Amino acid sequence: MTLLRIEDLSLSIGPHKILKNVSFSIAPGEIVAVTGESGSGKSMTALATMQLLPESAETKGAILLGDLDLLAQTEPQLCAMRGKDMGMVFQEPMTALNPVKTIGDQVMETIQIHTTMTRAQAEEQAREMLTRVGLPTDRFPLSRYPHELSGGQRQRVVIAMAIALRPRLLIADEPTTALDVTTQAQILDLLKELVVEFGMGLMMITHDLAVVSEMADRIVVMRHGEIVEQGKTRALFEEMKHPYTRALFEASGHQVNLPERAEVPEPILEVRNAVRDYVLPRTQLFAPRQYHRAVNEISFTIHHGERVGLVGESGCGKSTLTRAILGLEPLQSGSITAFGQEVGPGQNPALRSGLQVVFQDPYGSFNPRHKVARIITEPFHLMPDPPTGEARDRAIAEALVAVGLQPSDAGKYIHEFSGGQRQRIAIARALIIRPELIIFDEAVSALDVSIRAQILDLIADLSRSHNLSYLFISHDLSVVRTVTDRVLVMKAGEIVEQGETQEVFSNPQHSYTQTLINAAPVLPIVGQGAA
Amino acid sequence: MLRYALKRLLSLAISLVVASLVIFAVIEVAPGDPASFMLGINAQPDTVAALRSELGLDVSKAERYLNWIGGMVRGDFGTSYTYRTPVGQMIADRMWVSLPLALYALALSTIIAFPAGIYAAARRGKPGDMAVMGATQLGVAVPNFWFAMMLVLVFAINLRWFSAGGFPGWDEGFWLALKSLTLPAIALALPQSAILARVMRSSLLDILGEDFMRSARAKGLSRRQALWRHGLRNALIPVLTIIGMQFAFLLAGGIIIEQVFFLPGLGRLIFQAISARDLIVVESVVMLLVFAVILVNFIVDLAYAAVDPRLRART
Repeated sequence: MTLLRIEDLSLSIGPHKILKNVSFSIAPGEIVAVTGESGSGKSMTALATMQLLPESAETKGAILLGDLDLLAQTEPQLCAMRGKDMGMVFQEPMTALNPVKTIGDQVMETIQIHTTMTRAQAEEQAREMLTRVGLPTDRFPLSRYPHELSGGQRQRVVIAMAIALRPRLLIADEPTTALDVTTQAQILDLLKELVVEFGMGLMMITHDLAVVSEMADRIVVMRHGEIVEQGKTRALFEEMKHPYTRALFEASGHQVNLPERAEVPEPILEVRNAVRDYVLPRTQLFAPRQYHRAVNEISFTIHHGERVGLVGESGCGKSTLTRAILGLEPLQSGSITAFGQEVGPGQNPALRSGLQVVFQDPYGSFNPRHKVARIITEPFHLMPDPPTGEARDRAIAEALVAVGLQPSDAGKYIHEFSGGQRQRIAIARALIIRPELIIFDEAVSALDVSIRAQILDLIADLSRSHNLSYLFISHDLSVVRTVTDRVLVMKAGEIVEQGETQEVFSNPQHSYTQTLINAAPVLPIVGQGAA
Repeated sequence: MLRYALKRLLSLAISLVVASLVIFAVIEVAPGDPASFMLGINAQPDTVAALRSELGLDVSKAERYLNWIGGMVRGDFGTSYTYRTPVGQMIADRMWVSLPLALYALALSTIIAFPAGIYAAARRGKPGDMAVMGATQLGVAVPNFWFAMMLVLVFAINLRWFSAGGFPGWDEGFWLALKSLTLPAIALALPQSAILARVMRSSLLDILGEDFMRSARAKGLSRRQALWRHGLRNALIPVLTIIGMQFAFLLAGGIIIEQVFFLPGLGRLIFQAISARDLIVVESVVMLLVFAVILVNFIVDLAYAAVDPRLRART
């Protein structure tokens, strides 16, 4: 018996073919994961099922919920089904709720549009659902507003909204991608429980194969709008018939070949008892100022040639610490010295030339009106005598070649490059003045797995050729594990554990590190049969 | 919410003090001694001195500032240099024309702009949207006095539904007075409503692209229901800002319209007072307008908080 059957679904928006002959089905109580990289059409498949496509979209084929073809329903009929027969949970819990309505109103709304319940009855059911998703109403009254809740709590509200009427089909589009690992584990558990309890079918859209392997009964792998492979989770991972599936799997658990650390016991960055306080707004006019301690007595050293990881969940103070190391935040006490000089606002500008940074967002960190040559030579202004003329062109070409691009790319604009290429340009910009230390601030977090694997390889190669030292900041434990020698685990402004990376990961001492490692989804270990 | 209101109130008071100092300073540095101006160039020095002392111009600047502020707080705005009548009375008379006119125009502007903006946003890119946007383009481009003249031409001269100008006073009956303010209010409201409709449309379109609007649709709300229940209130914040600014403009900025329709309003009063170097009137009217603007901003701030719970929480 099937609940949802998608047959030969094709979708185009204008001249672009988004989906090509997609067919799969979901049974009641079954979790089917649709996975693939960005642009694979997985989200469009979800939106097509909800019939919430852009107006210009044209669909062919059939989407059968029970015996009803959703493509043949009128808009009012679809409105009557959305929320009642099928619910949807979205990726970004921070923006998926209306900021000016209470969570109670928003959950009740689903109930009230579709039933004739009185307000009191709807309220009762909303209370029940919120309690079920882990927001008991004695601690989280219906009168709360979304901004009063954390990301994970908001995602629970979104889920309560979607399941309030116990729909037969739940669609979750990257429901945990924006959440921390520990929160992610809780939300995934909740979804699994709800599927069993309500007998729902769950279509789970995600790019994360590790999440997929722990959640799904069956997997649909998509690329460029087509299904390349589908099957039962266990069997699919074991066989991996299609080369793309194998490539995706390998990229997800990609291990780089990091060169041996060159032991030069010369410290290049020393953080000593660094403290950074933020002033909180006054709660009363003449009350004493309150402070939030974002970085609390942190000390560590990075030596020449060392690759250090910094992991922690959102709000742990990673970003503040990064900004302090870059000299963008003043310290309240303690000190940060780089190459023997004090770092801070008003530091010697030459200091910055030894310390470069690569940020997360490959789209937002460049001026779109500048050509690549100008972008990557920006750090030259930090040097007392920057190269000019031919020397400058040579430096540009060298930096571009080092990151795997062509010297001719220097004359192009940034929009001509893909996300992965942009991140290479960002690395070229950091490399061009041969800094002592590079900070990678979530530098691979926004990239697809196959691109991420390439960039990680690039970092390992550059370690070999340029003897790089870097601080690699990430929330992704598997990535940190492969590209660092030493790791710092940060929680609530403090470093709770530090040590050799392999040692910390295989034998974590602090309970928080253990929690983090346990919560992180892992890829299944599969036989070598397919290889 | 109460704390938020008190904080806004405190900032209102500070703004008023700063504004009064600035107004006083600016008027003081303006060239021209009111006493010699009033008496003409042939006046004897002792006559000028006598008038200066009568007008209270012979004391120190600080003292004059305090006298001025103290007087205003007690409701005594001083005596006009040229008309020799209490300024408070003059302003009050004019206020009875300008304030109703501004409110009338603002109400009309909102009544026109809201449906137009919502309609256009709901039909983005379709003929209805383009028609509304075209009309608002015209409304923004054409000055209000031209509208005023056209209105007079059509409704006063040709159709004879309204009189072409003048104001009978509220004593002559509410409807009669309101009728005489109708053409000026429409002339004032048209360009304002065009701006407001555009703001409403673009603000709503921004909101329509938000994730929570998609969530609302996923619950089973139709496009229209989602717009009304989730879109409108979120779109109101920029719209409220514009409404606040427009009220201030309408209260003070009706000079030309008052001139066209021959209305005895604040705009004309301040225009005459400036020409006659009647500093005390200028000071008082400007201060009053500043007060009105700050008060409106205060009300807009409260309206923000009523619309958006995140502002209430912020202390």
